[in-house]
This record gives sequence, C-alpha cells and structure tokens, in this order.
Amino acid sequence: MKKMKKLLSLLVVTTMVASMLTGCGNSKEATTWKIGGIGPATGDYAQYGLGVKNAIQIAVDEINEDGGINGVQIEYRFEDDETNNEKSVNAYNTLKDWGMNILIGSVTSGCSIAVSGKTSQDHMFQLTPSASSVDAIKNDNVFQVCFTDPNQGTGAAAYIGDNNMATKVAVIYDSSDVYSSGIYEKFALEAANQPYEIVATEAFTKDSKTDFTVQLKKAQEAGADLVFLPIYYTEAALILSQAKTMGYAPTFFGCDGMDGILTGVEGFDTSLAEGVILLTPFAADATDERTQAFVKKYEERYGETPNQFAADAYDAVYIVKAAIEESGATPADGVSGICDKLVKKMPELKYDGITGEGMTWSATGEVNKNAKAMVIKNGAYSLIQN
Amino acid sequence: MKKLTLNKQTKSNLITYGIIVIAYFVIQIMIATHTMSYHMQGMLVTVCSYIILAVSLNLTVGILGELSLGHAGFMCVGAFVGASFSICMKGIITFTPLRFFLALLIGALAAGIVGILIGTPVLRLKGDYLAIVTLAFGEIIKNVINVIYMGIDKNGLHFSTKDTVSLGMEEDGIAVIKGAQGVTGMPQDSNFTIGIILILLTLYIVLHLIQSRDGRAIMSIRDNQIAAESVGIHVSKYKLLAFSISAALAGMAGVFYIHSFDNMSSSVFDYNLSISILVFVVLGGIGSIRGSIIAATVLTILPELLREILYSISKDSNVSQVITNSRMLIYSIILIVMMIFNWSPEVKEWTGKFFGKFKKNKSGKKEVA
Repeated sequence: MKKMKKLLSLLVVTTMVASMLTGCGNSKEATTWKIGGIGPATGDYAQYGLGVKNAIQIAVDEINEDGGINGVQIEYRFEDDETNNEKSVNAYNTLKDWGMNILIGSVTSGCSIAVSGKTSQDHMFQLTPSASSVDAIKNDNVFQVCFTDPNQGTGAAAYIGDNNMATKVAVIYDSSDVYSSGIYEKFALEAANQPYEIVATEAFTKDSKTDFTVQLKKAQEAGADLVFLPIYYTEAALILSQAKTMGYAPTFFGCDGMDGILTGVEGFDTSLAEGVILLTPFAADATDERTQAFVKKYEERYGETPNQFAADAYDAVYIVKAAIEESGATPADGVSGICDKLVKKMPELKYDGITGEGMTWSATGEVNKNAKAMVIKNGAYSLIQN
Repeated sequence: MKKLTLNKQTKSNLITYGIIVIAYFVIQIMIATHTMSYHMQGMLVTVCSYIILAVSLNLTVGILGELSLGHAGFMCVGAFVGASFSICMKGIITFTPLRFFLALLIGALAAGIVGILIGTPVLRLKGDYLAIVTLAFGEIIKNVINVIYMGIDKNGLHFSTKDTVSLGMEEDGIAVIKGAQGVTGMPQDSNFTIGIILILLTLYIVLHLIQSRDGRAIMSIRDNQIAAESVGIHVSKYKLLAFSISAALAGMAGVFYIHSFDNMSSSVFDYNLSISILVFVVLGGIGSIRGSIIAATVLTILPELLREILYSISKDSNVSQVITNSRMLIYSIILIVMMIFNWSPEVKEWTGKFFGKFKKNKSGKKEVA
C-alpha cells in the first residue's frame, strides 16, 4: 500500500512537471496574422517599450476595423523583455509558442541583436521599429524602420558643417548605450572631414546620468559654440537646465532620441529647449493628417503624447501590411514562407508613413528616409527650411 | 559504522547525479516527441548556467560560510574572456567542440585567477565586511569591462579605453569587445547536452571537494575559525581554495551562458544578478547542493511561466490588463511567500515529520529485507 502511494505520488509529480513544461502545441495551422511585439515594459527603458506596445495596438485595431490585411484579421501580443537579452529571447520563444508569424521588435538595439540571432535560425520576418544599430540588421530577415546610427551620426556631422553652424564642437554622449555611442563614433569620423573641430568629448554612463556639470564645464572651457547631444531626451533635459544654471548658452544639437523633450519630461521648463536643433523623422505636432490622427488617438487612449518610438512602431505595422499586400503572402504560407515573400518584396517597397515619406529599403534591411532638421521655436518644433 | 556513513554519502551523491541525468533524459524525450514548448526549450541553457552558478556560490556561502555578493563579477570575467577567445579563434580553430572546450577552460582559468587576486586581500575580512567588499569588486569588474575596447586584425590585438575608432585597426579588423556595448558575434556553441555535462562536472568537483580532507578543513573554518586554527589548519589557504574554485566555476558558467547569445553587454552582470544567484542558494538551503539545483531551476522558470499564465488569464477578461503588466511584481510576491513558507519553523517541523516518517519506513523495509 505504502509503495503504491509513493508510486502514485511520483506519477502525479511527473505529469505535473510535464504539463508545466509543455505549454501549448507547436504546429498549428495558422489562419490569422499573429504579430508579436517585444520591448521593455518594465525597467529603465519602459517608456520606449510601452510607447511601441501602445502604438502597435492602435495600428492593429485600425487595420482590423478596416477588415484586416487582405481580409485576414490580425492578432497581436506584446511581451516584456526588461531590456535584457536573455529575457528578450525568452519573450521571443513565448511568442513563437503562441504561433507568431511576424515579429515587430525588439525595441532596443541590444535585445534586437540577440533576438535576430534566433529569428534568422527560424527564418521569421523581423521588423524592428527602433533598434538603430547596424548589427541589428546583419541577418537577411531583419529590416528596420528608424535610421541606423551611422546614418544619423554622419548626417548630423555633415549637416553642422554644411550649414556652418559652429567652429568648435563638444560632444556629450552615453558610452553605455549602443545607440548613443554608435552615433558618436560615426559623428567623430565624419567630423574629421568637416570645417570644424571637436574640442571636447565627454561621456557618461547609465549609472551616472544625473549630474552633467563636469561635462558642461569642460565643454565651456574648451570654448565650444555647439554641443552635440546624441542622447535620449531625459538626460538632454537635465543638461539643458544645468547649462542654463551655469550661464552657458551654446547651440544644442540632438538626434531623434531628443524627440520628446517638450512633452516627455515632467516639470521641465520647455523655454530652456528654445533654439535646440534636432534631426528627427517624426514630430508630434506635424500638420499632416495622418500624424495628427495618430497623435490624437494615442492621446485619447493613453493620455500622453506619443514619441518617435511609438511613431516608428505605428509605421512598422503599416509597412508589414503593405509588404504583405504587395507580396500576396498568406498566413498559410507558414513562418518561413511568409519570410521569403516579404524579404523579397521589401527592397521594392515604397512607403509613406508618419516618420518619413518615400521610405525605401536596401536588401540589407537598412531604411532610406529623410531626416528633418527641426528647431524648437516658441515651445514647438518647426522645420528648418534649407 | 564508519563504512555505513560513507555509503550514505555515496548514495546521496548518486541521487544528486541521478536527478540531473534523469531530468536530462526526460527533457530529451519531451523534445523528441514535440511536447515541450519552444519557450521552455529556449530556457534550458540559461537554467543550466544558473544551476552551475548556484552550486558554485554555495561552495562559498554554504561550505566556506562567507557571504559573497560578487559572483556575477566572476561570471562576467569568464564570459568576456571566453567570448573573446571564441571570436578571435573562429577562423583558426574550426573544430567547434575543441574551440568551445578551450574557451570554457580559459574562461574558468581567468575567473579563477581573478578570484585569487581578489580573494587574497578580501578574505581577511569576515561577514558583512566581506559581503560589501565583494559587492564592490563585482561592480569594479563590470565597470572595467565597460571601458575596454578590444579589436583584432592581422597585426594582432589592439586595446583602447576610449572608443573603437582609437583602436587604429586595419581595414580587415573586427572590434571584439566594444566597451559598454559588449561583445557581438559569438558562435552559438552552447547547448543543453553540454550544459548537463558541465553541471555534472561542477557537481563532481564541488561534492568531491566537500567530502575530501580539504573540504572538512574548509567546513571547520566555517564552524569555528579559532578552533580550526588551533588544530593547525591553514585558514587563508583553505579560504582561498574554496573561493577561487567557486570563482572558476562561475567563470565557466559565464562562458557557457554567453555562448548562447549573439551579443552581450557587461551591464547584464550587475549586482542584481549576484543577488539572484544568492537567492537561489538561500532559498534552496545554504549548504544544500541539491536545494541549490532545484531552487535555481524553479526560480528561473517561474517568471517565464507567469507570462503564459497571465496571458491566458488576460485573454478571457478585460480587467486584468493591470495583472499582465505586473508580472515582475507577482514574481516578487511569490518569492517572498516562498521564502517565508520554506523557512518558517512550523513548515520545517511539518516537513521534518513528513520526511522522518519517510525515512522510518525505508529503514523498516530494510530490516524486513
């Protein structure tokens, strides 16, 4: 009897463990588009991940209301990766079990690179809304919506030179961030060919991003009349207010991460941002109809102004839609079949979105669109006319 | 009498190895029959590395009795050294198992050497002081790797602490370590089978050490340092032995861990990771090797299981959007509950009774036989 009991309990435990590990089945015949999203919904970069999560939801709802893609509805699921490579791969595998056939993600560069290793093994189409590192698109199946870092860095360096904006330039960047240091490196390379010189290069890391007086002091002492800030807006806001306190007023020049400085930081005096120039593909107060409709919807549903990450993600869904429609892919093609068709179609695709008009892609996955140089005037972005 | 206790030990060891081997075969069968989700399959390698880390930290915390909060630092050293080796040798050693074996060996050696370097001054401290200093060292390791840039071209290795541009490499050069961005382009050599072999190796080393003369010396230091010294045990030597072996095993786990990813930055190996590993050890029972294995497995899988569970809950109702968004909060609460439940005297008494009965039955049966 005792033995029986022991045997029985062993059996129960085994089945329990087995059922725990099993999850749902792997090979189901797909009948809908299952779009998965991955990004940080918790942790330091949650605001970017949540922006992407919400924006994809808006786009998916819009498309479903209009009858889906080629009459097929979209299902959407978003998984948190805490900006951690390991968790990002876990999130990817979760979505794979769920039956995902197209991935929009991951939001950050590091995680995107990690996930792209897995998507290329599985041959799944991956479109990252905001990973800007070149390594993120080194696999054939990965495409991106935002600029690559080198493009931004080189573009910014050339823009400053072409418009004779400065003779002495200082750079403050985040050396622990792929995005920021990626831009900086290319900026430094291109700046060598330009008529100005870099007089100060100051780095900070994510552990020391609250006090920038040292970096600003060095820039000021070196006599820089332009400070290049290839960083995100939260830190940029701090830099602007600390520069003001020091009485240092050079031209500040940012990239697309700077977008959001007017609305994203609580308690930030936006008059400090007056005169800041940034290269960005998206401005929340642009006057075209689609941007306004998107911004309005986003504000209604989530109570905040969408940033550039959200806009990229919104475009990403529509890019996927356009690519599917033109290639005639169906969910029945299977993950690999869909990927083949979309990868073949992407270089021929031309798409007008809220983050750029006439976007095209090279076969390597890099996007080709124009950055707009914006200057902040009277608390709003306004396009600089060249 | 002496023979009997020895047998008991061997038996206990065999059970520990047995659990691992059986788990391996069960999982292999599940993979072969497609009854295991991709999600769980994807986690096998990480679970293996956490088991090695937990067992190796248990050597320091449970056997040596010193609190170390810098375990992720040693993992980091091993991971980066091993990964750099693999990337540099990718074109030279094409036989993957040999290259990976060498990477594991070099990573473990590097971490072991750092363990000795750190251990020599640090192990003079005790208790809280040691914990704080190891915490600091873990952070130092992370931050040092954060500023290292390393590249390789046909002229050899290039180092810099500024950026990849200042490496001054030839056209064909590749940047191996890119400062805070970490390493990119490791060959993905890790797999579950190698993980199990490494776990068994770790268990062999740790159990063998614990049950040897050296192990008894180490435990005597834990129990009473003055008494140990008075019978002529060389305290610093044995402390350093346990600490550096623990570090080397962590380094090996780091190499194994990093080779399952395409890229990895050193910021992953922060003190949060050290604390997580310590949590495995504490929850599993300080000094209990089998407990560490189980705790590491359960605590790694749990937050991931919550994804599925919370998703299926939220699909059926609209209210629980909040619940799906608080996955990590729920995980933390479960952790607190588990800690209390596992260590409350009532529960201990209950499990003691339960297993006591179990044991009595067993011995009773033996008598019959």
